[in-house]
Amino acid sequence: MFIVKNRKLFYSFSVAIIVVSLASLLLWGLKFGIDFNGGSLLEISYTSTPAPSADEVGQAVHDSGVVGSSIRPTGETGYLIRTPFLTPAEYDSLKVGLTKGGAWQYDQKRFDSIGPTIGSELKTKSIYALALVLLAIALFIMFAFRKVSKPVSSWKYGLVALVALAHDVIIPIGVFSILGHFFGAEVDTLFVTAILVVLGFSVHDTIVVFDRVRENLRKNQEKNVKEVFEDTVGKSVGQTLNRSLNTSLTVVLVLVALLLLGPASVHFFVIALLVGVVTGTYSSVFIGSPLLVTLEKMQKPKEKELKKERK
Amino acid sequence: MWKVRIVAVVLLLIGAGIGWFVVNSEQVGQKFPFRYGLDLAGGSHLLYRADTSKVVSGDVNSAMQSLRDVVEKRVNIFGVSEPLVQVERGGVVGGGENRLIVELPGVTDLSEAVKAIGQTPTLDFRLQKTDETGAQIYEDMGLTGQYLDHATLDFSSGREGTISNQPIIVLTFNPEGAKRFKDITSENVGKVLAIFLDDVIISAPVIQEAIPNGEANITGTFTPDEARELVRNLNFGALPVPIELVSSQTIGASLGEKALTQSVDAGLWGFGLVALFLILWYRLPGVIAVVALSLYVALNLAIFKLIPVTLTTAGLAAFILSIGMAVDANILIFERMKEELKSGKVLGEAIREGFRRAWSSISDSNLSSIITGVILFWLGGTAVIKGFALVFIIGVLVSMFTAVTVTRTLLLALGFGKSTSKAAHFLFGNGLGK
Repeated sequence: MFIVKNRKLFYSFSVAIIVVSLASLLLWGLKFGIDFNGGSLLEISYTSTPAPSADEVGQAVHDSGVVGSSIRPTGETGYLIRTPFLTPAEYDSLKVGLTKGGAWQYDQKRFDSIGPTIGSELKTKSIYALALVLLAIALFIMFAFRKVSKPVSSWKYGLVALVALAHDVIIPIGVFSILGHFFGAEVDTLFVTAILVVLGFSVHDTIVVFDRVRENLRKNQEKNVKEVFEDTVGKSVGQTLNRSLNTSLTVVLVLVALLLLGPASVHFFVIALLVGVVTGTYSSVFIGSPLLVTLEKMQKPKEKELKKERK
Repeated sequence: MWKVRIVAVVLLLIGAGIGWFVVNSEQVGQKFPFRYGLDLAGGSHLLYRADTSKVVSGDVNSAMQSLRDVVEKRVNIFGVSEPLVQVERGGVVGGGENRLIVELPGVTDLSEAVKAIGQTPTLDFRLQKTDETGAQIYEDMGLTGQYLDHATLDFSSGREGTISNQPIIVLTFNPEGAKRFKDITSENVGKVLAIFLDDVIISAPVIQEAIPNGEANITGTFTPDEARELVRNLNFGALPVPIELVSSQTIGASLGEKALTQSVDAGLWGFGLVALFLILWYRLPGVIAVVALSLYVALNLAIFKLIPVTLTTAGLAAFILSIGMAVDANILIFERMKEELKSGKVLGEAIREGFRRAWSSISDSNLSSIITGVILFWLGGTAVIKGFALVFIIGVLVSMFTAVTVTRTLLLALGFGKSTSKAAHFLFGNGLGK
């Protein structure tokens, strides 16, 4: 099986992407959305022509006494104005300010405002949720594989699954660090949701392959066939490859439909899911199972030493 | 064989019935319409923090309850259809704060909404009069809630001239209020002195006699519960606890409408692409999987209506995503079937084996999805995430039924069980090969 044989190649590929992700994180960090940092977000679309330029809008925001805002154009005449958390009174003066004394008219599309305490609460909740999902999934895998102990003990399946999951978390975060720097993508509660869904999805894939390894190991035992562990894993990956790829493909199909046709408010959410699904499939096929083999090879030398000692 | 076929036909009929229900219940005036969240229907979502630091700890719950009632009344006066006002505790992560959630569908002017909720309520007494045209009017007597010391609830047993056990609301004015009240009552015996809260009449007692002691009794046709509520409203005429707006979301109706159309489009295309892939790759079983997937969609939509689930942009995204994920079980089974066929089993046997062997993978992986969904629902924080999680969990559960039970029944009902013909094998083959 070429995947297991060439595992070092696939490991290197993942390591390279992880390095890029971490580098981007160090260099640019993440852009947190208002639901984590607190703040207000106003989306408007000017109906009077000509629509004011971003600079003019920025000046109008500044003139209405709101400091620390950022303005991003959306569409032809629309603007997304992000400000620190506004009180209702500040919001009222901003709304008036944006008409430039009645010279401009606009439609307000949405206004989101999240206080700093709610923001930090959502941040804490997200971290708890992430930790809890990782823990629950790891425990679940260990439980599912508690009966398999030869030649790799069940906790190692759990460990490998965790490594694969960490892989699936780091890469989307890195991608969002890059997207945040160039396209203003924000890390918000939806992003965390996407990551959690991807974790569940990726563990699907990992379980299916591990399940097959388990089945093949049992079959070999029953038929008294001696097979190198590497070959068993390779065979299992091969047998489940179609399923892994096809399942991801159907999910990718619906996600692409959502990305191209769906509402703008979920665009980055869908992108996070897409990146995660692709990464998750990659990790369970090209990283997870091969890592089992690597672990098995690592314990071999020890066994040899033990035998020597016994002699 | 016939048994399976009958079950299959029944399943298809039930599926069609559910589909009919989903479509038909969307007509105007029918029960069970879809319930759309504010981000699809347009409206405002406001989250207030209640400052309960000055409330005795044992009274916090009742103070929050009366806060809810007061705000709900104001919101109702505001003329919003189906507003939602609910108390929420911040939980451990939220530092145990008491919060109030207010959802106002259709209200997109945040300033107006904030004013309506935050305004100081008015309790006042007005005299009923008849104007020149004969219409009844209420004249403001300059006696307002600021002169009220407190209200208490009493029952009429033991009092003279009253029906026993009738609730009586006793208003006690402060000295200035008592003087005004005495003047008004002595000049207007026999007339109706109505009590208004937030400009809505809550009681219209008749002045029996001049009342000098600053105590007014309201007897009326209240039930004890109504009387209790009235006393609470009178005592907590002002908001029982100060509130502060900590987060808000306002979405214009046009943006919401657009999001809904776009979501439906994305869903249709997503479904179409998945169906096309299933049929091209898995052939006959693929067609069956598409039928099962249609049933999945209908069943989910019906559940959304019946529970009812408030659909949001994120919830619809979850549903569309789940269409892509629901076929996972089908794919697992069909791939397994192919292997069993390869190993020389007859079709019927291969179908049964495929399902049996794929089952442990299906249950394991769906369980992990459910775990993720439950944690998301539990720790979701925002309504958006909870909506996503709920739809996701429902999707996983429904897919286990449609992708496994329905698909198997339909496949077996086709009756290729003992067929070894090349055509049958082609139909059950997959991928690019023969």
